[in-house]
Amino acid sequence: MGKTILTVDDSVSIRQMISFTLKGAGYEVTEAVDGQDALDKAQRETFNLVLTDINMPRMDGLKLLEKLRGLTPYKTIPILMLTTESCSEMKARGRDAGATGWLVKPFNPKSLLEIISQVTK
Amino acid sequence: MSTELEQFYEVFFEESSELLAEMEACLLGLDLSSPDPEDLNAIFRAAHSIKGGAGTFGFTDMTEMTHMLESLLDKLRKGEIEIRSEMIDTFLRAGDIIKGQLAAHRGDGAADEAAAAEVSNELKQFSEETTEALNIDKESTSSTTEQPDHKPNEAKNVVVESLPATSKTEQVSFNIEFSSSGINSKSLENLFSNLSDLGKFEKLLVSDKEQNCKLRLTTYTCEENIWEALAFVVNPSQLKIEKASQTEAHTSTKLDVSSSIQIDEITSDKPSKTAVETENSACEPYGFFSGAPAAPIETEKKVKTESHSDPSVEQNILEEKSFPTDTINSLPIQKQSKPNAPTTETTSIRVSIEKVDQMINLVGELVITQAMLAQTASEVDPVIYEKLNNGMNQLERNTRNLQEAVMSIRMLPISFVFSRYPRVVHDLASKLDKKVELKTVGEGTELDKGLIEKIADPLTHLVRNSLDHGIELPEKRIATGKVAKGTITLRAFHQGGSIVIEVGDDGAGLNREKIMAKATERGISIHEGMSDQEVWMLIFEPGFSTAEKVTDVSGRGVGMDVVKRNIKDMGGRIEIDSVQGVGTRITIRLPLTLAILDGLSVAVGDQMFIVPLTYITESLQIKNTDIKTVNGVGRVVHVRGDYLPVIALHEIFNIKPNATRIEDGILIILDAEGHKAAMFVDALIGQHQVVIKSLENNYRRVMGVSGATIMGDGKVALILDTTGLVMASHKDSL
Repeated sequence: MGKTILTVDDSVSIRQMISFTLKGAGYEVTEAVDGQDALDKAQRETFNLVLTDINMPRMDGLKLLEKLRGLTPYKTIPILMLTTESCSEMKARGRDAGATGWLVKPFNPKSLLEIISQVTK
Repeated sequence: MSTELEQFYEVFFEESSELLAEMEACLLGLDLSSPDPEDLNAIFRAAHSIKGGAGTFGFTDMTEMTHMLESLLDKLRKGEIEIRSEMIDTFLRAGDIIKGQLAAHRGDGAADEAAAAEVSNELKQFSEETTEALNIDKESTSSTTEQPDHKPNEAKNVVVESLPATSKTEQVSFNIEFSSSGINSKSLENLFSNLSDLGKFEKLLVSDKEQNCKLRLTTYTCEENIWEALAFVVNPSQLKIEKASQTEAHTSTKLDVSSSIQIDEITSDKPSKTAVETENSACEPYGFFSGAPAAPIETEKKVKTESHSDPSVEQNILEEKSFPTDTINSLPIQKQSKPNAPTTETTSIRVSIEKVDQMINLVGELVITQAMLAQTASEVDPVIYEKLNNGMNQLERNTRNLQEAVMSIRMLPISFVFSRYPRVVHDLASKLDKKVELKTVGEGTELDKGLIEKIADPLTHLVRNSLDHGIELPEKRIATGKVAKGTITLRAFHQGGSIVIEVGDDGAGLNREKIMAKATERGISIHEGMSDQEVWMLIFEPGFSTAEKVTDVSGRGVGMDVVKRNIKDMGGRIEIDSVQGVGTRITIRLPLTLAILDGLSVAVGDQMFIVPLTYITESLQIKNTDIKTVNGVGRVVHVRGDYLPVIALHEIFNIKPNATRIEDGILIILDAEGHKAAMFVDALIGQHQVVIKSLENNYRRVMGVSGATIMGDGKVALILDTTGLVMASHKDSL
C-alpha cells in the first residue's frame, strides 16, 4: 500500500496538480481545501505526510501546523509547507509552528516528488 | 514547464476567473474610511492564489502582475500604507489586465501589454510611495548605525566570511546565472529593472547562443530577496545565485566589514544566524528544518547547529513569533464567525451545455411519449386495467418531476448578471463625478441560462443610461432636496410565467416636453394626446437621443432601440414608468423558459391550438345580448362590466369553424400584461404540458403563432402568441 498524503491548498488547480503528480508516483492522496478541512480529515485518518499551503481562508497553514502537532499521531509525521513566501520570516514561523520543511511555489513536479521522497523514505 | 501541467490549465483558468470576480466584488465593497481587514485579506489571498497558480503553470505575465498587486496589497493589509480610492481603481484595472492575460492564455484575443505596463507602473508607484516613507525611517536609523558606537553587532563570524552578509549596512556582490530560454524580452526587461532597484547591477552576459544570462548585483539586500525577485520569472531549477568572491566584491563591502570588527560586544538586532539557516535554503526550491519532526537526517548538516546555542537568537525567534501568532490567531476566528464564508470548494460539476440541451430534448420527447401512452391508456377499461392506470399516473408524475429537474439545470440565478454592475456603476460614477449607490433585489431569481447571457448587454445599457441621464450631479440633487448620493435599483422577481427585471433610479425622471420636441425634430410622428407611457416609449425609437451633449458613456442615440429589439427577440417586453424629479423605472418582462409550457388545447374547426395557461383568466359561454358591434372597433363582448375586443381565431387563421356565431362557441378571456381580450373558439379540449418546438427554425415566423408542439396523438398543434394577438386586437379596436 502506498503512503498516504494529505494535501491542503485552497487553489483547486494547484491541489489537482499536486494530487495528480503524487498519485502518479504511487502515493495515496487526500485533498483538503483549507486548514479546517484538513484538520477534520486528519482527525479521521492518520496520514503518513501532510503537505500544506500557508495562505488559506478559514484556517491558515501555520495554525494547521500547530493544531496537527498538538495531536498525538501527528507529533512525528512529516509536515511540509508549500508557500510562495520564501522569505525567512515565513520560514521561521513555519518552523516554530512545527513544519518539517518547505517547498517554494512555484515548484515543478520534480522537486515536489524529490522532497516527498526524502521524507517518506 | 512540464507539458503534463497543461491538463490543469482549464481548472486554473476557471479558478482564476472566480478569484478575480471575488476580488473585484471585495474591492468594490471596500469601505475606504475603515477597510475591513478581512476584506483586505480576502483580496490579498485572491491575488496570492492566482500568483501561485500562474507561477506553477508558467504564465509569467500573470505572475508579474499579480506579484505587484500582491506586494501592494500586503502593505495595505499590514497597515504600512493607507488605502486610497485611486488604488482601488488601479486594482480594478489590474484585475482587468489579468482577465485579459487569462483570456489570451486561453487563446481568446491578445493581452494588452501597453495597458499592463501602465498599470504595473501605477502599482509600483503606489508601492514606492510607501517604501519611500519607510526609507525615511530606515535612513534615520542607518545614519545612526554608521557611527561606530551604535553599529549593531554583526558578530565575529559574520566578518569571517563563512556567512553571507545579511545586514543592511553591508554590501555584497552576487553572481547570478540563469537560462533565459522561454522568457520573453519584456519579462527580462522587467526583471532587470527590478534587480536594479535592489542595488548596483551589471549585465555580464545576456542571452548568448545558449541563452544564458550572467549578472552581477552588488547590493545591501539579502540573497533571498534577489531570489524572490527572480523566482517568478526564472525557473528556479535553472537559477544559480552565488556570492561573488571577496576580490570581486565591491570595495565598500570591505570598508563595512572592517568597521564592524570593532564592535562585536553589542548584541545583534537581527537574528543573523537564523537568517543564515534560512538563507542558505532560500536558494533551494525546498528544504527541511533541523530538528523538526520527521526531517531527514542528512539535511541536518546543512544547518548550523550553533544557531540554537546562541541565546540572543532564541530570544529573537520568540519575539518574532509573538507578532505573527497574534495576527494569525485572530484571522480564522473572525472568518469562522461569518456563517456563509465562501470556500473555494464547490459542490458543482461542470457539464457542457450541449449535454444539458440534449437532455432537455430527450425529456421533451419523453413527455410526448408519456402523453401518447396516457391517451392510449385512457381508451381502455379502467376497471380491468386498474394497475395500468395507476402505473400511468405514476409515470406522469415522475415525468413531470424529471422534466422540472432537468429544466432547472439550465436555470441560473440572475446574480450572474447583476454581479457585474457594481463595477460598471463604480467606473461610470467616478468618470461622471456622480455619487451612486447600486442596490440589487432578488438576485436569487432564476432564469434560463440562454436568457442570462442575452440580457446582460441590454441591462448594462439601461444601467449606464440611468446613471448618465437619470441620476443628477450631487450639487443638483442637493439643490432639489435629494440626498447627494443617487440610487440605482436592480430588481428581479417572478410574476406568472415571466421573470420581471426592473432598473430603477431616483434621478431626474424623463422630461415629456424634451422628448416630444426631440421626436418632432427627428421626424417621429407624435400628437399631444399621447399618454405619458407612449411618450416614454419614444426613447426606444431608432436614432432617438435627448442628451444635449453626446458623451462617450451613452447618448450616442444608438442603443435604446437596440435594447428594445434585443428584449423583443428574447420574447420579452419593455416598459417605462417615470415621474419628473422623482425617478424612472424601466421594466423588462421575459418568458421564464423557452422550452416547455402549460397550455390549454382548444379546437377551431378541425384544428387544434395551444393557449398558454398563464394568460387565461376564465372561459365562458355568452348570450347574444352581450355582443356589441362598435363602429371602427369591431365586435366587443360585455364581460363582468368590461367591453373586450373579440379575437376570432377562425378569421385570423382562415379556418372553417364549427361555430360561426359567438354565442354558439366558447370565449376564453385572456389577460396579457393588463390588456384583456376574449378569444372565440369552438371548444376546449384539455390541459397539457407541451414541449415548444420552434416554428421559425423549422418553417418560418407566422403572425399570431409563437411555436408548435407535438400532441399525444402525434398531431402537430400550433401554440398561440397570446400577447401578440391580444395587443393586435387592441390596436385594431383603437
